[in-house]
Amino acid sequence: MTLGPYESFIVTSYVLVAAVVALLIVWIAVDYRRQKARLRDLEARGVTRRSGRSASDMS
Amino acid sequence: MTLLDLANPTRFLSLTAKVLPWLAGATAVLLAIGLYQSAMAPDDYQQGATVKIMFIHVPNAWLAMFVWGVMSIAALGTLVWRHPLADVAAKAAAPIGAAFTFLALVTGSLWGRPMWGTYWEWDARLTSVLILFLMYLGLMALWRAVEDPSRAARAAAILTLVGAINLPIIKFSVDWWNTLHQPASVMRMGGSTLDKAFLIPLLVMAIAFSFLFVTLHIAAMRNEILRRRVRSLQMMQAGKPAAS
Repeated sequence: MTLGPYESFIVTSYVLVAAVVALLIVWIAVDYRRQKARLRDLEARGVTRRSGRSASDMS
Repeated sequence: MTLLDLANPTRFLSLTAKVLPWLAGATAVLLAIGLYQSAMAPDDYQQGATVKIMFIHVPNAWLAMFVWGVMSIAALGTLVWRHPLADVAAKAAAPIGAAFTFLALVTGSLWGRPMWGTYWEWDARLTSVLILFLMYLGLMALWRAVEDPSRAARAAAILTLVGAINLPIIKFSVDWWNTLHQPASVMRMGGSTLDKAFLIPLLVMAIAFSFLFVTLHIAAMRNEILRRRVRSLQMMQAGKPAAS
């Protein structure tokens, strides 16, 4: 596959899209871990929901 | 399972925990197929290989508008039906929509330079998409500026619905004004003007990016629900004597 004289424009476009999508995925994954850790920390300190269910319980 | 069941954040978390891995898997498979087809697509007789930028530019541009549409429906859910997950959905969608809009602008610019001879032109299509990007950023700033999520939700919902006026302007800008940007070639009266060799990879990539959005959106909504649980527990903690 040859990309011709504008190869750098094509490759830059695809690399940029891959980088931004990867950044979104990492950001969401890190945010999830952070929120779960904060919930576990609060529960460990005895702060629980009114329902008595674990706030970090996802099922 | 009804829509009413999904209104309960705990049920939403439970259901999406099961669905999310399948959605992520489907997204990965669709992206792999789409990227392979894009790589194998022939060169355009005028644009040469730069036509390959279309396979990522167009799905991002479509999603830039689609995500604002999703946020507008969520805004109605907040203001009219007071659905408990409506503002969660809107808030979670905004950064993802901003990312798609940014990619549409940059890939369009990288496609424009070799084809038009310029990275940027202040024409109606490009300018209206830039305005959409700035509106996403404004909305994200508003969510951050107001501490109480329910107050922020109402203000953001109104701003979202006002901003929705920009969607038909973006869509029809190429018909209403003389623009450097080409007119619609896929979603148009009389059918697509694209050859199947380009249309099929483009549609597969559009479906793949739509799955990507749904996957990321659901994951971000789950994070937002957890963030609100953290906030309410912190408020409970602040309102009672610290447990020792």
